[in-house]
Amino acid sequence: MELQINGEGVEVGDAISVSELLKVQEVKMPDMVSVELNGGIIQRDTFDTTVLADGDKIEFMYFMGGGSRRSAD
Amino acid sequence: MNLSEEQIERYSRHIILSEVGGKGQEKLLASKVLLVGAGGLGSPVGLYLAAAGIGTIGVIDGDVVDMTNLQRQVLHSTADLGRPKVESAKATMTGINPDVEVKTYYELLKADNALDIIKDYDFIVDGMDNFAGKFLLADACHMAGKAYSHAGILRFDGQTMTVDPGKSACYRCVFNAPPPAGSGPTCSQAGVLGVLPGVIGSIQATEAVKYLLGIGDCLMDRLLVYNALTMTFRNVNLKKNSSCALCGENPTITELKDAEQAVCDLKA
Ligand SMILES: [Zn+2]
Repeated sequence: MELQINGEGVEVGDAISVSELLKVQEVKMPDMVSVELNGGIIQRDTFDTTVLADGDKIEFMYFMGGGSRRSAD
Repeated sequence: MNLSEEQIERYSRHIILSEVGGKGQEKLLASKVLLVGAGGLGSPVGLYLAAAGIGTIGVIDGDVVDMTNLQRQVLHSTADLGRPKVESAKATMTGINPDVEVKTYYELLKADNALDIIKDYDFIVDGMDNFAGKFLLADACHMAGKAYSHAGILRFDGQTMTVDPGKSACYRCVFNAPPPAGSGPTCSQAGVLGVLPGVIGSIQATEAVKYLLGIGDCLMDRLLVYNALTMTFRNVNLKKNSSCALCGENPTITELKDAEQAVCDLKA
């Protein structure tokens, strides 16, 4: 199925959860990202149970401080 | 307030804009903006707000200028090494524009001083480097009903949003709580392109001026995300999160607390 991740089409396996998506997208520090699904922020404690569907729009938003010593990717 | 002849000349390029005009310029001269942090982000904000004739600009920062700051913190110069950033910022800003009264706070924003400091200001700019401070300011602005501009920068990436408390999505709607200590990489420097805070801070200054004048559309309910390498801007639309601990239906954050400072000293 295809998802829109940060505005770009990305092909992923069917019926994966947000947690699995973070893994396959190689997000190295999942604690440093907030996830929006189809326009609404989803709570971190539901990443495992939220299953994605074809066409879903995902935004990864990264914690950013003032500019040094903490990487978010 | 009546503009003097000198002010009419100084602000002529503002006054000629129908969206600003003499009335708008008078409004800016009567406005008060607080910069929280006089570092990478606070520098361009301070320069442009001083030049724009914001009548009162508060600057809070507990740091002194060090050599590694000078690659991007353009409020300060080599001669300022070792000097409190608030003093150097004040000298630079009043040098640009003597109309501006700069109030300095040589301290850190804390749970026990935040509400008292922000209460006098019309708009607040987050130019802080650390998450504890960013969340504290988000909470304080919500509780005091003050609009503010959030921004973060890292390496080649930046982001910014403007929050109108209770009306638009807040920082906690999106980011909930400070990331757990140790979840980020170690304290080895990730680095930041020197001009990056110049781009993002200039947007924050634009938002402050627009908010004070009541013109245009501010970055409310959207996060503007910038990448310097691809030279792209994206708007991520946001909406208030009903389970937000600060502005949601059942808020659990009702008083200010100093969050633990994560892992290490994070210098902008
Ligand atoms: Zn909120």
